[in-house]
Amino acid sequence: MSNSGIVESGTFNLPVDHIDTDQIIPAEFLTTTERDGLGKFCFYSWRFDENGAERPDHPLQGFDPVSQQVLVTGSNFGCGSSREHAPWALLDFGFKAIISNQFADIFRSNSLKNGLLPVMVEDHVIQFLLARPGHPVRVDIRNNTLSVEGYGEFEFPLDPFSAYCLTRGIDQLDFILENEQAISSYEQQHGK
Amino acid sequence: MSEPAQSATTLFEKLWQRHLVRNETAEAPAILYIDLQLLHEVTSPQAFDELKRRGLKVRRPDRCLATIDHSTPTSPADEHGVHHYITPQAKAQVDVLHVNCAENGIELHSWDSPNRGIVHVMGPEMGATQPGMTIVCGDSHTATHGAFGALAFGIGTTEVGHVMATQCLLQSKPKTLGIRIDGKLGPGVTAKDVILHVIGAIGVDGGTGSVIEYHGSTVRAMDMESRMTMCNMSIECGARAGMIAPDEATFQFLEGRQMTPRGELWDAAVMDWKTLKTDPGASYDRLVEIDATKIEPSVTWGINPGMVIAIDATIPPGDNDARRDALDYMQLEGGATLAGEPVDVVFIGSCTNSRIGDLREAAALLKNRKVAAGTRVLVVPGSEATRREAEAEGLDQIFTNAGAEWREPGCSMCLAMNGDSAEPGDLVVSTSNRNFKGRQGRGVRTILASPLTAAASAITGQVTDPREFMEPGA
Repeated sequence: MSNSGIVESGTFNLPVDHIDTDQIIPAEFLTTTERDGLGKFCFYSWRFDENGAERPDHPLQGFDPVSQQVLVTGSNFGCGSSREHAPWALLDFGFKAIISNQFADIFRSNSLKNGLLPVMVEDHVIQFLLARPGHPVRVDIRNNTLSVEGYGEFEFPLDPFSAYCLTRGIDQLDFILENEQAISSYEQQHGK
Repeated sequence: MSEPAQSATTLFEKLWQRHLVRNETAEAPAILYIDLQLLHEVTSPQAFDELKRRGLKVRRPDRCLATIDHSTPTSPADEHGVHHYITPQAKAQVDVLHVNCAENGIELHSWDSPNRGIVHVMGPEMGATQPGMTIVCGDSHTATHGAFGALAFGIGTTEVGHVMATQCLLQSKPKTLGIRIDGKLGPGVTAKDVILHVIGAIGVDGGTGSVIEYHGSTVRAMDMESRMTMCNMSIECGARAGMIAPDEATFQFLEGRQMTPRGELWDAAVMDWKTLKTDPGASYDRLVEIDATKIEPSVTWGINPGMVIAIDATIPPGDNDARRDALDYMQLEGGATLAGEPVDVVFIGSCTNSRIGDLREAAALLKNRKVAAGTRVLVVPGSEATRREAEAEGLDQIFTNAGAEWREPGCSMCLAMNGDSAEPGDLVVSTSNRNFKGRQGRGVRTILASPLTAAASAITGQVTDPREFMEPGA
């Protein structure tokens, strides 16, 4: 996402429900102590077979990180493990926003903290996009809208705080740290 | 003069209110105080790095507790005391946790600790987990601790850093989902079957955005280990957390453990803990009722934990893309039964089912019996404490005499990142929590089941209803 809070790109379709974070990045790649460079493991078992050889027929082999930065996918995306390596891997692979009709809670939270935009819209929008691979869309988090060329503009839920942090480059940790006094007095009052 | 009665509140609401440092506003989420952060090697290094980068300290190292469990080998150390990791990187990850904990004054239970174990087994065993607490960990199965009437949930690594630096989290208030389970469980039916049945009933996303409270006579009758198994899998229906109001069983489990209060402090704590329950008349945003008498030993047939059937039921037909994909991956036919399907590996372990009660149940079936030829069976206790208890009872002998492997504590084949994995195409009957594609190794097919079903399947080398070993004449 650029600082403007806008992602403008063509879409990439993965029409599968309940894609879990083990699919997004398998556990065998979690022994890293870094957060960078995980794109090569993104959807690893979908792109490579048991012996590590490329699966030439998988649609992800044709993914273009320049023109397909918006993933369109099935319901309950990012379910399962809380690993933040999932949004790290998706971002490094080239996705900047994900369109689904439902996201798993922890994945959604992790994504927002890394600037990967979870765009939750109704199913008819998803269906329109799934029928048109590579369709141009525009995600704007200043007004929570997804614009789908030739179909319309749709609002998606985004808490004002996340939007504020994302557009101004403000960090959530800094926000909590500003409340140090309130935290200390809470600890005193509650004998913590 | 009559005052309006104080409004009836749920257990969740009580814990939420107790931990509000700052309430939610139109502009910002609530700031919630976190009583305990559990740490392990996989999801913490980047958080420690972030604090270092910003020049921040861990605010309350006394409210952190760390262990090593995910990347660690479950084979014994060699004759020089050296543990052989799957890769140098796995060892490096554990080494980094050692350094980070030492630098920040955090209590770490590593190889040399008698308490080391899977983070969600160790916490309750040490009494670190207590009613009324907020508990987080960079691990989605943190909901396990909700069995004690704690609000416990998994977070990502960025949030692990937030808690390290501030002992707080920004949280939007979740909805509440009451799951009421009533009735007596039938023979061979355990907490694992109940939670698999619940996930099957409400779906793999049925709890999204919610905190579950399990209640009802079935839950009340469960021991603490069973309650942990229930809460553990709350994330598998998408819930943020799962919790159960504390009662005498909770207090008995905790009394005298190394981190619980003593003497008058204990009495005061119990008095307070007794208030932690949903008031009569309080309502959940949604309520689901389950008849426990209808639950049978349950197993998964597909590729997510919501694809559940009773063990003697037929596998659903491939009537949509998701089911076709699942049947294809699992190499199963819709309309067939799972019973009799050849089993390559049985895994008894994980934060769901690696506690002493789980091991006793499995051992009871395996005693004086043999594991089927050609089936590999791994039994992995959840912690060093559980291992000691099991060995003192001779359970390890029962397992090894039967032909099973008795391994060292850790997450092991639940997520197969430490080298404990099955071969491509293998069918694994597993007491763990996830049957996602490739979860237990590339191309591996997983059937989630109870320790009883796992043990029965180990004996026959086929997916087997444990009631076959429990009925007269069987």
